Amino acid sequence: MAQLQAALPQGLRRASVWALYAVGLVPAAWGFWLGATGRLPGNPVKEFEHLLGLWALRFLIATLAVTPLRDLFGINALRYRRALGLLAFWYVLMHFTAYMVLDQYLNFAAIVEDIARRPFITIGMAGFAMLILLALTSNRWSIRKLGRRWGKLHQLVYVIAAAGALHYAMSVKVVGPQQWFYIACIALLLAWRPLRPMFMRRKRAGAAGQHVTPDRF
Amino acid sequence: MPAYRPPSIPAGEITPESIFLNRRHFLAGAAGLLALGVSSRSLARPLQSTESPFSTDEKLTPESDVTAYNNFYEFGLGKGDPKARSGKFKPTPWAVKVDGLVSKPREFGLEELLSFPLEERIYRMRCVEAWSMVIPWTGFPLAALLDTVEPLGSARYVAFETVVRPEEMPGQSGFFQPLDWPYVEGLRLDEARHPLTILALGLYGKTLPNQNGAPVRLVVPWKYGFKGIKSIVRITLTEKQPPATWNITAPNEYGFYANVNPEVDHPRWSQASETRIGEGGFFGANRRPTLPFNGYEQEVSGIYAGMDLKANF
Repeated sequence: MAQLQAALPQGLRRASVWALYAVGLVPAAWGFWLGATGRLPGNPVKEFEHLLGLWALRFLIATLAVTPLRDLFGINALRYRRALGLLAFWYVLMHFTAYMVLDQYLNFAAIVEDIARRPFITIGMAGFAMLILLALTSNRWSIRKLGRRWGKLHQLVYVIAAAGALHYAMSVKVVGPQQWFYIACIALLLAWRPLRPMFMRRKRAGAAGQHVTPDRF
Repeated sequence: MPAYRPPSIPAGEITPESIFLNRRHFLAGAAGLLALGVSSRSLARPLQSTESPFSTDEKLTPESDVTAYNNFYEFGLGKGDPKARSGKFKPTPWAVKVDGLVSKPREFGLEELLSFPLEERIYRMRCVEAWSMVIPWTGFPLAALLDTVEPLGSARYVAFETVVRPEEMPGQSGFFQPLDWPYVEGLRLDEARHPLTILALGLYGKTLPNQNGAPVRLVVPWKYGFKGIKSIVRITLTEKQPPATWNITAPNEYGFYANVNPEVDHPRWSQASETRIGEGGFFGANRRPTLPFNGYEQEVSGIYAGMDLKANF
């Protein structure tokens, strides 16, 4: 994979990131078109809201998967991580906008009451607020400006992902296989973080050992 | 230039759906018998009924939505699951056992249920999930059935039970089971005997599709939809309040009474308003205020006189 990355010419590599943004927004566009033209069955607003929420979770999972993929399988997708994170942000933003505009008809009293009184919405909103912060500081200028604090700040993504999974599981009448799947994915990806330093030390030690005694093979 | 006027067709010349369905049914049945001997069990059968003063004149929810957007966890958790995954379910033959505190316990075969005088009841249906429909049911008052078994003086509640058939109902098999089966529900006897409470055998003038609770289900229009237990196999009159599936699963979210009440929120959403299903895409759908007792306040509020409806939600 690393070789493959290197093999891609600079221009193509940049283009592939933009392609990811374009492809990533297709589910939202498709869902909006289906809903706006009356092609979503039953309760189209809820269907669309749920579609946006699910894709937000998927992009959060993809963002969190970048590091373990490189650690464990040597697949380097670091180049795409910012795009994946921002896609998650755009989906959460659309999810919330659909709820505000299409579902609640901008009835702000009802929206404020929902956020204040329904724990699953409170948790979702808290996650969204943190995600806004990360989206605003996702540019190069912020990275340079914030220095080491940038890394600390962006560790908030762990809290955001947990909030997202919780928000989803708490929103349904019965926590079913689909909810458990997302909870499990996010739990595994978060659990990797504390395990990671130990794994990396062993990996490095192993690599060093190989280097010293090549004749063993 | 004179404007074009479409020819007006006298109402009497339009073939009622039930009759042309009859023809289709006959043709399909004949073809089936001739060709493969395929059972006509899965075919919707037309039902004759009379009109009812209890019907609303609100715009009907399209049949395509009534039969495709369902909560029926025996077939899966998704709204589309009941339609997509109920093909194996066999609603005939069928029998409903009526027992408990009655002087004449007995079983009712499906044909016997269909021989009660059937009425069309166009009711609002308000789901606890804050959406609603307007559905033309075909059925008869539950009171008529209860009369034939003669409840004893000690009977105060009516318990209902759904069929358990894991081999025909995919939601009842597999390693994930969302609820304890059988699905059970209950009503107070006076609620069960209320003239609005019906056993429905059909909708849109035909026998019930599997996903809507074939072959017989309960409809209590002033209560949240989950009280309308589907595919009923047993009705038992009891002295004590019987268990109700959602009530025992999450007592803080779903009460035993479950009367539609815009002032008692579900912990996770407001019940003050609702979305009418099937009114077009994003921009045709509208939120309308939810009415106390789902708009049936005049008819039913009397039986709850003096009761704290917030405590007994």
